[in-house]
Amino acid sequence: MKRVASTLLSTFALPVILIVIWFAATRQQTSAFVPEPVSLVKTFGEVWVGPAFTEQVVPSLIRLAAGLAGAIVVGIGLGLAVGYSRVLRDLLEPVLEFFRALPAPVLIPVLMLLIGIGDAMKITVIVIGCMWPILLNTVDGVRATDSVLTETARSFGFTGVSRFRYLILPAAMPRIMTGVRQALSIGIILVVISEMFAAVSGLGYQIVVFQRTFKIPEMWSGIVLLAIIGLVLALLFALVEKVVLRWYRGQREVENRGG
Amino acid sequence: MADTLTTDAPLLSVEHVRKVYTTDGKAVEAVRDLTFELSRGEFACLVGPSGCGKTTLLKCIAGLLTPTSGQVMLDGKAVSGPPKKMAVVFQEYGRSLFPWMRVYENVEVPLKNARVPKAERERLVAEALDAVGLSHATRSYPWQLSGGMQQRVAIARAIAYQPEILLMDEPFAAVDAQTRADLEDLVREVWRRLGITVLFVTHDIDESVYLAQRVIMLSTSPTVIQKDLAIDLPDERDQLETRSMPRFIELRHEVYEQIQRAKRGAAAEETAVAAEH
Repeated sequence: MKRVASTLLSTFALPVILIVIWFAATRQQTSAFVPEPVSLVKTFGEVWVGPAFTEQVVPSLIRLAAGLAGAIVVGIGLGLAVGYSRVLRDLLEPVLEFFRALPAPVLIPVLMLLIGIGDAMKITVIVIGCMWPILLNTVDGVRATDSVLTETARSFGFTGVSRFRYLILPAAMPRIMTGVRQALSIGIILVVISEMFAAVSGLGYQIVVFQRTFKIPEMWSGIVLLAIIGLVLALLFALVEKVVLRWYRGQREVENRGG
Repeated sequence: MADTLTTDAPLLSVEHVRKVYTTDGKAVEAVRDLTFELSRGEFACLVGPSGCGKTTLLKCIAGLLTPTSGQVMLDGKAVSGPPKKMAVVFQEYGRSLFPWMRVYENVEVPLKNARVPKAERERLVAEALDAVGLSHATRSYPWQLSGGMQQRVAIARAIAYQPEILLMDEPFAAVDAQTRADLEDLVREVWRRLGITVLFVTHDIDESVYLAQRVIMLSTSPTVIQKDLAIDLPDERDQLETRSMPRFIELRHEVYEQIQRAKRGAAAEETAVAAEH
């Protein structure tokens, strides 16, 4: 009971303090561009609860999910191949470094010309931007596979697909999850940016529309909604990670206790 | 008649195996020229001073390394990769079990990979875990177990695989003395019950004499065979009784002397080389 109380306290202490400061600072405010907490909460409800959710938020979420799924498939697939094959690594590494240095948003104008302004463009941007942390982490994870484990698998005749399935993929999983976590936050950034460029729906589009029409509290409420989406995604990710990497957490805990 | 022929032929023959590593452009000769044979059903220990190329030799036999020259024959066929009839137990139990699989799956997965039918798999895994006394821990993860129990899982995995020959690379070097004695008896028991051939690498002289029917002593690197000694102790072995037998002490003495000789030989050679320069 005492522990629950202290966890609650440490989790909510800073947010509460910040909101109180915000409240105090905006009580007698004059700037029309900074909202006060109460009206923001009210606006939030008015703007996002109702049809706006299905019309603006759901399309964004679908694009994000599709882009992330694509990035995970491409990133892990390519990462396993590059991490496993020395030839492929030597061949691709310089090229990969070059493309990785390219910020994904600059691809938006190019992709607009190539595949239009539809969902395909936005999803492609997310896939390309989110793929890198997953790809590079997977490569590292594959390369760090324990040598004794590798020899064990070889001695029991694990080759080809079964080698990936039973050894390489699970061994690289902790690093892959690190990559996916990084990809999540990049994904949110890219979905918003791609919608700001050319779109008729989506959160990014809606926020820009509010800003251009001087609906300032509405604009702020969109930003808050983005933060909430990010938080929910992070929580979902933590849940998935807890299941997928149960063995890894347990092993680490045992090692720390022993050493 | 054909049956008798195959039984008499050696199961494993190591023929003039030589292994030279190249590290940083320098060639290091780990194994110079090794030749020996193992008969079907034999329990042999390879003993040698630490760093004498035992592990290198074992990996050549297991098909994990390719010898620079010479060859390894298993059941009349040259070994060019890990053979189906062989299982290996490594020293580093903590790194040779899959940490993402439970005990049961760890033992099962090589059989799954070999496409053994499910019912058969279940029987083999249950028998193997029973043989090592781990039937109660099938749902645990390896890292939840003690070192000795982890090595038992590795042994269970090896025997469930139904190998004709079991290679063990200093399997008990990292467990405590009491566990070690238990595991030694376990390996003896498994060997006698299943009638498999065991090649056991160790640097522990007592262990080699206690376990084996035959002790092959290696020289320091570059490795050659120093001596091949038959252990004429009774088959029934007991940690206390066997180890206090006069014959055990004699054999132990003999092995110890040979290892010392191997070390002295290496030292003398080094002094000679140093004197030349």
